[in-house]
Amino acid sequence: MNYIAGKYDVAIIGAGHAGIEAALASARLGVKTVIFTVNMDAVGNCPCNPSIGGTAKGHLVREIDALGGEMGKTADKALLQMRMLNLGKGPAVHSLRAQIDRRKYQDIMKHKLELTKNLELRQAEIVKIEKDGDGFMLESRTHAQYLAKKVIIATGTYLGGRIFIGDVSYEGGPDGMFAATELTKSLVKMGLPLRRFKTGTPARVLRSSIDFSELEAQCGDEPPQHFSFETEEELQNKVVCHISWTNENTKKVILDNIHLSPLYSGMIEGVGPRYCPSLEDKIVRFKDKERHQLFIEPCGLDTEEMYLQGMSSSLPEGVQSAFYKTIKGLENAVIMRPAYAIEYDCVDPTSMEPTLEFKEIKGLYGAGQFNGSSGYEEAGAQGLVAGINAARAVKGESKFVLDRSGSYIGTLIDDLVTKGSNEPYRMMTSRSEYRLLLRQDNADERLTPTGYEIGLISEERWQKYLLKTEKKQQELKRLKTTTLSPTAELNEILVSRETSAVSSGVTLYDLLKRPQLSYVDLAPVDKERPDLEPIIIEQLQTEIKYEGYISKQKDRIEQVRRMSEKALPNDIDYREIQGLRLEAQEKLNKIKPLNVAQASRISGVSPADISVLIIWLSSRKKEKNK
Amino acid sequence: MRESTIAAISTAQGAGGIGIIRISGDDAISIADKVFVSFSGNKLSTLEGYRAAYGNIVFEGETLDECVALVFRAPKSFTGENVVELCCHGGNLVTKLVLRAVLKSGAEAAQAGEFTRRAFLNGKMDLSEAESIMNLISAESKSALKAATEVRQGSVSKKIYALCEKLENTAAHLSAWADFPEEDIPEISEENLRNTLNESLCELDLLIKNYDAGKAITQGVPTAILGKPNVGKSTLMNLLSGFDKSIVTDIPGTTRDVVEETVVLGDVILRLSDTAGIRETDNVVEKIGVDRAKEKISQSQLLLVVFDSSIPLDDEDRLIIDEIGTTPAVAVINKSDLISKIDIGFIKSKFENIVYISAKEGTGKDELIKAVSKATGTNEFSASAVLLAGERQRSAAESARENLASAIEAMNMGFSLDAVTIDLENALTKLYELVGKNVSEEIVDKVFHNFCVGK
Repeated sequence: MNYIAGKYDVAIIGAGHAGIEAALASARLGVKTVIFTVNMDAVGNCPCNPSIGGTAKGHLVREIDALGGEMGKTADKALLQMRMLNLGKGPAVHSLRAQIDRRKYQDIMKHKLELTKNLELRQAEIVKIEKDGDGFMLESRTHAQYLAKKVIIATGTYLGGRIFIGDVSYEGGPDGMFAATELTKSLVKMGLPLRRFKTGTPARVLRSSIDFSELEAQCGDEPPQHFSFETEEELQNKVVCHISWTNENTKKVILDNIHLSPLYSGMIEGVGPRYCPSLEDKIVRFKDKERHQLFIEPCGLDTEEMYLQGMSSSLPEGVQSAFYKTIKGLENAVIMRPAYAIEYDCVDPTSMEPTLEFKEIKGLYGAGQFNGSSGYEEAGAQGLVAGINAARAVKGESKFVLDRSGSYIGTLIDDLVTKGSNEPYRMMTSRSEYRLLLRQDNADERLTPTGYEIGLISEERWQKYLLKTEKKQQELKRLKTTTLSPTAELNEILVSRETSAVSSGVTLYDLLKRPQLSYVDLAPVDKERPDLEPIIIEQLQTEIKYEGYISKQKDRIEQVRRMSEKALPNDIDYREIQGLRLEAQEKLNKIKPLNVAQASRISGVSPADISVLIIWLSSRKKEKNK
Repeated sequence: MRESTIAAISTAQGAGGIGIIRISGDDAISIADKVFVSFSGNKLSTLEGYRAAYGNIVFEGETLDECVALVFRAPKSFTGENVVELCCHGGNLVTKLVLRAVLKSGAEAAQAGEFTRRAFLNGKMDLSEAESIMNLISAESKSALKAATEVRQGSVSKKIYALCEKLENTAAHLSAWADFPEEDIPEISEENLRNTLNESLCELDLLIKNYDAGKAITQGVPTAILGKPNVGKSTLMNLLSGFDKSIVTDIPGTTRDVVEETVVLGDVILRLSDTAGIRETDNVVEKIGVDRAKEKISQSQLLLVVFDSSIPLDDEDRLIIDEIGTTPAVAVINKSDLISKIDIGFIKSKFENIVYISAKEGTGKDELIKAVSKATGTNEFSASAVLLAGERQRSAAESARENLASAIEAMNMGFSLDAVTIDLENALTKLYELVGKNVSEEIVDKVFHNFCVGK
């Protein structure tokens, strides 16, 4: 007997960081949504580091927030410690990072899903997915069937998950959960190009077994900034982290036992990320490096588990215990959960459009680690975009694609669907050619209007945003029109900041262009300045100082925009275009770029190929006009 | 309107297996017949289109090289005109000598991109025409590809790759330092960064200079003759008349309205524009204001600035001198019998290259050759050194140089390193255009290769 347990507009498989954003966006846009989790206690889990944000990832969180996503708000609520990374390295690379209470984070997220209108949260392992008319039929392990018009796959490391610790290996998901072992078959049957990736996590050790007395402490910023542009309460730093280092003994223990690692014995076939290598990887690949840094981070306020950032490993538990004990402060460390490597099934993202819908299977979307990315923030960003698109498709609305020049989210998705990735993809500031424009401080300015237009930003927040923008414009105008006389007081400030004195009147704007001078420096001679939020001041300073660079980047965006307007029809057979190199023909046929700008970013498509495409397009147009 | 017949070396400059000299225009075949002697004894003019002949290039009694000549007849060639391609052995000297022979036999040096331009203009812009241009561009990318595979033979790509490698490592270091703040990555020292940027800038400078010199040798350098009325520009023209030259006119068969004159001066081909004006009006009142001089300067890559030694410099001279900027220039001082009143010290402070000419004594020829050679860098031109393979590569190298200069300026002004990195990456993007790579992928790869980063 077929048990139809429910009919939905959008169904999301997986309730991790991607699934949550997808489900909330979809439900908030007013379509009937269901989200499935293998285990109700695994919703919004952080199976790796207990932190949100970091370089480039912090940008993603603020962008998710500006578009009406949930990650930033929840990170603020579950905050243990907040730091702005990279101060002093320039505004493009400032990044916010939060240590969070992982259980609290989970609870808040799960409760949010439960309370959201139009949304059902269900514990069910989906084992089968089939086309059903224009929609899909999903079946759970317990033989319940669900019908949905659109489906988003956000299975993370659960899909075909396999754990490796030394020579021990078994089917399993993260944090001791069951893996989702059946769904892969359906996906292969539907024709998705699946492959295997690998990642890993370090051990958690008991706080009381660590000797912190000789370790360097790392405190949060005071006062802590918040991720969400909506958070109004004052945040507090509640914990400190500690720093320690590996040494020659650590190296020796690892090298003596390296043959026991499944990575080196050939047991693991999945491709791991280069930026998140296990300690044994680091030691083998960087032989000359004497020591490696590690951070000891608390997992929450109501737990004694401590996370050892930088110490991921897939060596046998005994070897792990031995090498951890060589590290200062960890001499008596008690392992509560051992480190492990995990291998999982994921998809080649070049089979998707920038909406994250599969090109060949309409109505099916993918998000998060399933798409070959790595990291909670990357997952959340994709979930949001997939959720918005699925809901809009149900409502018959246009596709939602974020531009590379306007956001890190757009950059992330464009990289995935255009270039693909041979390893779990992590966001980095160096991946954005527009990073002086795409800063974390102006994420709201870049994306709140879009979030409002889509319908995920409340009227109240919109008004608040408009007010802030207005204040900023007012102040910019004032800075441009206020001229200071070359008084002794002013010149004293200038000289003390090691910049040249002035002999005639000068605007505040022109003074702020000098890299050496800050807004605060000029306070004594700028008596009429209004009281402004620090973030507005920060934005103004950056935009004034980097004006030259920002306008250069805007010019470049304009060039790319013109190329984006040259649409490439979906039905082109690139093999028929003479003058394209064979490699370019193959790549273009595979990716099917939406426009010439996207085509130009495909690796293997040269500038000369792009010239050929442009000429071909214009001659085709002329042919048609004849 | 009848177009002149043009010729140029169409393969990449530098060491290569084959050098092709392409001739296009109505007279392409008859001009080729003047230098090509086939082993079969047949003239190229007796061949149909799409035929090849094997023979020698013989000029002024001397055999320059063995050669395969390919004949294309209008309109079935990519320019739509008669085309002959002389395929000789590669190498700068051989191809240069053959081109020289072709130019002396009546062809003109082609402007950059002129073959393509003619291809566009001669056909209607239908699909087949578009395809021919696409193939042309594709041929360019193939030659760029070829340049890339010539790494081991020591051509331009090797140099560019080495330059990229150095800049990539620096960019990767900056990127790793910014993207992995908790990975104990040492901050790059300002001095090292500055050195890398400066060294790379110098290398690019050298590449560009050598390219310009090579181009002056093979394709000619747009040259303007400047100076007030009656200072001796016609004396200079007469002196130049002693060299091999050809005249381009807009009405065939006449000598009126000279559009351009090509003069072979030592190793350099000078392409003189607007010479008719000089000839005809030097003795009358000439209306060449500073505005006209400005326009000429902007269009030229070499300036011959003429002064009369018998009269002191005036404001007009100084205005012209001020406009010169960084364009290579030679001061040509016309000596007369009168007492010298010109401020030579001032001229010396403004010009590196100064030549005296005298109509009466007919002197100055050798000095002029030397000075022009120096000003265009052809005296230091080394055919064995690395050469950029065309205008596209030159302009990319030029942009890369500008971006590096901007990075250095940003450092000098005290900008944070994220801004410097952007300039550096833009420079790399331009260099990668030469070798067809993607900048951010390369840097990300380097980060993981060179730095131990993880979580």
